Amino acid sequence: MKIHSGVGYDLIIAEILPGTKVLDLGCGDGTLLQKLRDTKSVTPYGVEISEDGVCQCVEKGLYCYQGDIDVGLADYRDNSFDYVILNQTLQITKRPAYVLSEMMRISKNAIVSFPNFGYFKTRLQLLVTGTMPKNVLLPYEWYETPNIHLLTIRDFQAFCEMNRFPVKREYHFSVSSRGESCRIRTLPNMLAQYGFFVLDGEKFTNNHSHSDAYASFSSRME
Amino acid sequence: MDTTGTSKKNSVGIVDTRYFTFERLDFRSGKTLSPVTLAYETYGSLNNNKSNAILIAHALSGSAHAAGYYSEQDTHPGWWDLYIGPGKPFDTDKYFILCSNVIGGCSGSTGPSSINPETGRPFGLDFPMVTIMDIVNAQWHLIRHLGIEKILSIAGGSMGGMQALKWAIAYPEMVNSVIAIATSASLSAQGIALNEVGRQAIMNDPNWNDGNYYGSKGPDAGLSLARMIGHITYLSEKHMHEKFGRRFKEEDLATASFKQAFMVESYLHYQGVKFVDRFDANSYLYITKAIDYFDLKKDYGSLHNAFVQVLANFLVISFTSDWLYPSAQLKEIVQALRANGKNVMYTDIETDMGHDTFLLDYEPLKRNISNFLKREFERISRT
Repeated sequence: MKIHSGVGYDLIIAEILPGTKVLDLGCGDGTLLQKLRDTKSVTPYGVEISEDGVCQCVEKGLYCYQGDIDVGLADYRDNSFDYVILNQTLQITKRPAYVLSEMMRISKNAIVSFPNFGYFKTRLQLLVTGTMPKNVLLPYEWYETPNIHLLTIRDFQAFCEMNRFPVKREYHFSVSSRGESCRIRTLPNMLAQYGFFVLDGEKFTNNHSHSDAYASFSSRME
Repeated sequence: MDTTGTSKKNSVGIVDTRYFTFERLDFRSGKTLSPVTLAYETYGSLNNNKSNAILIAHALSGSAHAAGYYSEQDTHPGWWDLYIGPGKPFDTDKYFILCSNVIGGCSGSTGPSSINPETGRPFGLDFPMVTIMDIVNAQWHLIRHLGIEKILSIAGGSMGGMQALKWAIAYPEMVNSVIAIATSASLSAQGIALNEVGRQAIMNDPNWNDGNYYGSKGPDAGLSLARMIGHITYLSEKHMHEKFGRRFKEEDLATASFKQAFMVESYLHYQGVKFVDRFDANSYLYITKAIDYFDLKKDYGSLHNAFVQVLANFLVISFTSDWLYPSAQLKEIVQALRANGKNVMYTDIETDMGHDTFLLDYEPLKRNISNFLKREFERISRT
């Protein structure tokens, strides 16, 4: 089965201003960070859970920390970065609300992209075949998927509203046969393969009333 | 350059230990030593702008002899020969590698077995208490003597990692990068306890005689026992099981005694006896105390404060099966560095071999060190 590699890299690279400080959560082998360093002269940092991924980052000269983003970004100071990226990883996190609020605390911008479970082919697969969808977006069998929090674009919009996460920009897309990201403006929750959001860390305030909502939500999640 | 022969494959070849004597060292305890000698070895050559120097800091039982052989007949290479040499992670074709015996040691540097100029007899317990800071300060004299202003990297495992961290904190402008392996910002209570049992083994040996044993039979039994305890802590339960299992040396109960029945016993005895030939019991006491006293949190108020002034980039490595310096202690260092906005690479290497992994032939460790140094050297060569 064909799997999109480097999903959304072009959009992320276009989004990021040159010379900025960038943290990629779940940076894998560091390909995206390396591209950002080469094309945008960013100062790149990564967090990656696998030993092998970190090793490849070290080889590329990227400062990468082997760790679990769910366990914490707590030691990073407020506004340490211009951009924090969570690319195709949100659905794997155990505590999405916590991870997103931490991203906005430590960075001016939080870039979040994920496979849209509302994509019509995914919906049809479940409806027609009665089996768990498996396609280019969701390449795993149900018994081996790391995805524990699958979501649609509409789910994420509601989630941001509920948690008062300020959305700066939405740019939902599908990947063309040539591997380019094409923006889907019409009925994105139905027609876009991927959701793409930029959250505003500068407008985000992790105040008490908000953290109550977050707490009740996160406790429900666990 | 000390390299004079290359008969052994991928080796720095035949090396010799050199000695550097400087006028005085002021210890943190308030005491002063004068003069002070450090034993050191170098491998590879210093480049014209002196930008390729790497300081290797040894652990408790190490010495300046980190790589190579002393003669053509010598079959025991230096303690980190697997990592230092042409084409190895500490590549002597590219870098100038330097390793010195710690102050308080017994392999050529001034220590408790050296002659006290005031009395004409060995120092024994008159030797000043040694701290990691004192060890680093002594190395500083050597580095300056060699005309090196900025060190490409300071690398070490265990107590060597403590020295590397201390260097970056005490002399931030001199340290470009640090490789800290299986180390800690402060040894755990469990670690201190095990060190103390080792020290008690030495001090309870009647031959120890309050440290005045030079010229007569030393506390060999005590030192050997201390080393045996140490060796237990360097291996993981799993590694020990794989290496020895419950295999017998003497299985027959009819002839069995309290002499070594199991292979693991025989191994420990061998390690203990071997150690006595090359190590001084008083040095063991002094150096384990230096490890125990090392505490960046206490010295600077918090680990976060300790790293505020640091300018170096870091490669921090822990081993999943190391229970003497567990991963959590290295993560703590990494988190404090990150909180200070420092550049740090961290990896928790999966291994069953315990604390001693850093001394073994282990590819993931080699690869990370090699790549990190390559990138750091490229980076400083650009600027």
